[in-house]
Amino acid sequence: MNIPRIVGAGLVVIGAGIGIGRIGGSAMDAIARQPEASGKIQTAMLIAAALIEGIGFAALFAVAEN
Amino acid sequence: MVFSNKPLQFIVTVLVACLPLFSSANTPTDSVAAKTEATPVEATAHGEATTHEKHEEPTDLKSKINAYINHHVLDAHEFSLFEDEATGKHYGFPLPIILWDNGVHIFSSSKFEHGHAVAESNGNYYKLGHDEKIYKTDAAGTLTGDEHHPTNAKPIDLSITKAVFSMMLVALLMFLLFKGLAKSYVKNGGIASGFGRFFEPIVLYVRDDIAIPNIGEKHYKKYMSFLLTVFFFIWFLNIIGLTPLGINATGNITVTACLAIVVFLITNLTANKNYWGHIFWMPGVPTPMKFILAPIELLGVIIKPFSLMIRLYANIFAGHIVLMSLIALMFIFKSWLGSSLSFLLSFAISSIEILVALLQAYIFTMLSALFFGAAIEEHHHEEAHH
Repeated sequence: MNIPRIVGAGLVVIGAGIGIGRIGGSAMDAIARQPEASGKIQTAMLIAAALIEGIGFAALFAVAEN
Repeated sequence: MVFSNKPLQFIVTVLVACLPLFSSANTPTDSVAAKTEATPVEATAHGEATTHEKHEEPTDLKSKINAYINHHVLDAHEFSLFEDEATGKHYGFPLPIILWDNGVHIFSSSKFEHGHAVAESNGNYYKLGHDEKIYKTDAAGTLTGDEHHPTNAKPIDLSITKAVFSMMLVALLMFLLFKGLAKSYVKNGGIASGFGRFFEPIVLYVRDDIAIPNIGEKHYKKYMSFLLTVFFFIWFLNIIGLTPLGINATGNITVTACLAIVVFLITNLTANKNYWGHIFWMPGVPTPMKFILAPIELLGVIIKPFSLMIRLYANIFAGHIVLMSLIALMFIFKSWLGSSLSFLLSFAISSIEILVALLQAYIFTMLSALFFGAAIEEHHHEEAHH
């Protein structure tokens, strides 16, 4: 089949996963340090995660599109 | 809780009015379409017996499941709830077909008999292709070219498809719901009652945590009606997509494209001169840099709504595919192990999908508010850059 595409999709997912994981981890750290700011941190975290996700999906479509 | 009710109604009407224009039946170029390509190759290997008469009746289980999932995630011209395979009976109801082909042709999609028959309207003949698109044919219904990509002429399809129907349903539901809520506020002197007790905190959240921080105290009222409409519209559509009705409207790229176009128009039509100044002649950077930054910023204007479109579509589409694949495990394993695994996994993923339904609506609204806020930001003084 089309192995390069599958590998490419995997690489995209790994990249997006690392990005979102780092954001989530940092947000956890930040909330642990300042629990009273958790609302603001969560919002910023979601926006950043959404932006990375958007790029990840765009790349995934570029890879998977036939 | 005083925001005017008129713009909300207006925008709901405009949304409903323009969605069908963009949501003619979905293009077959999806990531899953690659899998269906395998079917004709396999079919031709069996000999030349497969002509265009063979309609989506794959023999082995895996391609059957594939076809089913494809049918679910793509838009359709009829509302099919389920079908009895043994008797070949379809349970559901037809939807109106509206075609523009040198004049308007309106007929019921039951004339197609699920793609088996040729529909006749005012002397023109139409046939439903395998890709859920309507092709113009002769009286015998011959499709020329490849079975999956016929080369027949296509009329302009403005039909009320499944996605359009479900969007109209949600829009009507929202209209009645929020109209009733507005009335109950008047009656109770500004205190929520009934459903309002559930929806008031959400509306206030959209106002206080999405609109005001991103757009600012001064201008946020102008955008509230759109933000609330788009939030509840996407949320309700996502939730309705998780019911067994088989609706997949927000997982349809034409629908999300339309929503993104509305965001794009509002952003650019309400933008002030600072926004355009920052795009074409970025202040505070050396002159050569201004020439480099202008095309990048201009590209960003398009990329922002484009990413909104892709994000919502891909999230919901992927969620549906994953969920249906997990349910299909039950039919592939055919043992207690497969069934219980499938049940547990699909239950877990369904719960996550309920969260995703809300999260995607929130993120779409949040990013829209962010773009609106960026477009109407007041001019900063030089010391603000430090």
